[in-house]
Amino acid sequence: MEDAQVTTNEIQASIVCSATHYDKQRTPAGVIAEYLGLNPQPTFNVEAVCASSGVGLRIGWSFISSGLHDTVAVVGFQKMTELSSAEVQEVMGRSGDVMWESPFGTTMPAYFALYAKSHMQKYGTTEEQLAKVAVKNHFYATKNPKAMFQEEITVEDVLKSRMIASPLKRYDCCANSDGAACIILASEDVARKVTDTPVWVAGLGLASSPMALTSRGPSYASFDCSVNAAKQAYGMARIKPKDVDIAEVHDCFTITEIINYEDLGFCERGRGGKLAEEGQTYLGSKIPVNIDGGLLAKGHPVGATGASQIRTLVKQLRGEAGETQVNGAEIGLAHNLGGIGMYCAVTILKT
Amino acid sequence: MSFAKFGKVSYVSETKLQEFETKLEAGKIMGTKCKKCGRLYFPPRADCDCMKGEMEWVELSGNCKLMTFTTLHFAPASFRYEVPYTLGVAQFEEGPTVLAPLSKELGEDEIKIGMSLKLVPVELMGGRMIYELKKLESQ
Repeated sequence: MEDAQVTTNEIQASIVCSATHYDKQRTPAGVIAEYLGLNPQPTFNVEAVCASSGVGLRIGWSFISSGLHDTVAVVGFQKMTELSSAEVQEVMGRSGDVMWESPFGTTMPAYFALYAKSHMQKYGTTEEQLAKVAVKNHFYATKNPKAMFQEEITVEDVLKSRMIASPLKRYDCCANSDGAACIILASEDVARKVTDTPVWVAGLGLASSPMALTSRGPSYASFDCSVNAAKQAYGMARIKPKDVDIAEVHDCFTITEIINYEDLGFCERGRGGKLAEEGQTYLGSKIPVNIDGGLLAKGHPVGATGASQIRTLVKQLRGEAGETQVNGAEIGLAHNLGGIGMYCAVTILKT
Repeated sequence: MSFAKFGKVSYVSETKLQEFETKLEAGKIMGTKCKKCGRLYFPPRADCDCMKGEMEWVELSGNCKLMTFTTLHFAPASFRYEVPYTLGVAQFEEGPTVLAPLSKELGEDEIKIGMSLKLVPVELMGGRMIYELKKLESQ
C-alpha cells in the first residue's frame, strides 16, 4: 500500500487468495481483512489452488472494469509450515480425483513426473535438461533477497539429490513455504493520480482442463489450459510470444517450466529441453524466465505465487529490478498454473 | 451405498457407482457406456456428459498399453510404508484410460512406455479391493 500510495480506506474491496485446505484458519479472508484494516469493505476468498492469486487478479480487474470499484487489493498468501511435508503431500495428493486417483497414493511430484516421463519419451528431453532449469532458478534466487534458497547449485547437485518421483529429484521440485504478496489494482484515473509509473494489465487469459488425468491425453507433454489461457491473453494484448521481454512461469517442477516454454510459444513444441540446455532463458538471452528464482528457489507459498509473479514483473517494468533488470523491459508475462494443470491464468502487463 | 472398500485408502464412501466395487470383487473391470451417445467411460461415471443418456455397465478386457509412469520414493502420510511404488497411466484397447499402480512384480527397469499390460482386480489384506497393472505373461 505504501508502494501504491494508497491508504486502507481507499481500498474498496479485498480479494484474499489461498488454497484454503492448507490453512488452519477457516475462511481466512476474515482475519486478513481485519488485520490489514480493510473492514468494513467487501472481502472474500478465492481458491484455485496454485493459481489462486492469478485468478484473484482477474476478478479484481473485472471489479474495476465493470465500474463497481476503483481500487482493489488482491492478497495472496499461504502458511504451509503448519503441516509436515508428508501431511502436505496427503493434501496435495487430493488435488487429483479423490475417487479414482488419490486412493492409489498420488502426489504432486508424481503427477508432474508422469508428464516428465511422457515428455522425455516423446521429445528426448533429458534429466540434465531438467536440472538446468533448477540451476538457473537457484542462481537467480541468490540475487533475490526475498527468495527462500540463497545458494547456487550445479547440475550434478540436482542429479545426485534424493529421488522423489522418478525422474523428479529433490531439486526438480519446488519447496513448500510460507509467504504473501499483494497487488493493488486501480482504475486508469486513480492509477494516473497516484503514480507516474503505472503498469497496465494488457492481457488476461484463464482456462481449465479436466481434473482427472484419464480425461486428458493422448500424451502427457503439454497443458491444454496453458495453451488456451495464453492464446486468450496474447489476443487481448495483441502481442505475440516473441514480444514478451520477461516472463514469470509456473515452475512448480523443472519439467513444468520446460513444458511452459512450449505451451507459451517461447519455442517450438518439443524444444523446451533444448531451450533450457542452451541457457536461452537467462537474462540477456532469448527470453529471460523466472529470473527472481521462480517457485523452485524463491519458494511456492501456493496462494501467494501468482501475486508474487506480478510483483516481479511490476519491478521489472518500472526499471527497479537492480542486478537482474531486463534492459528496456516493456512487456511482461505471468503464467500461473493451478493444481495438476486444471486451471491456468496468464496475465500480460505493459508499461 | 458404500464404496468404502475401493482403493488402498478411501476418500469417497457413498456413490451411485457402488456396483463397480461389487463387480471388482467378482473379478471384473467395469466401465459405463451411454445408451444415447455411445460414449464409453473408464473410470465409470453415473452420468454421461451429453447429459441425456442412461448409462449401462460394460465389462472391459483389461488389456492396455502403458502411456506414462513414475516410481514414488516419497509418499503421502497414509502411504509412507508402501514406498517405493509405481503408478502409471494406461490406455485400454477399448479406448479409455486408467491411472493405476503397477504390480510390484515388475522391476523399474522392465517398465517401458508403450508396453502391453493387463489391469486386474486385486484383493488386499482386510478385504480392500484395488486394481493393478500386471505383465501379460503373469496372467
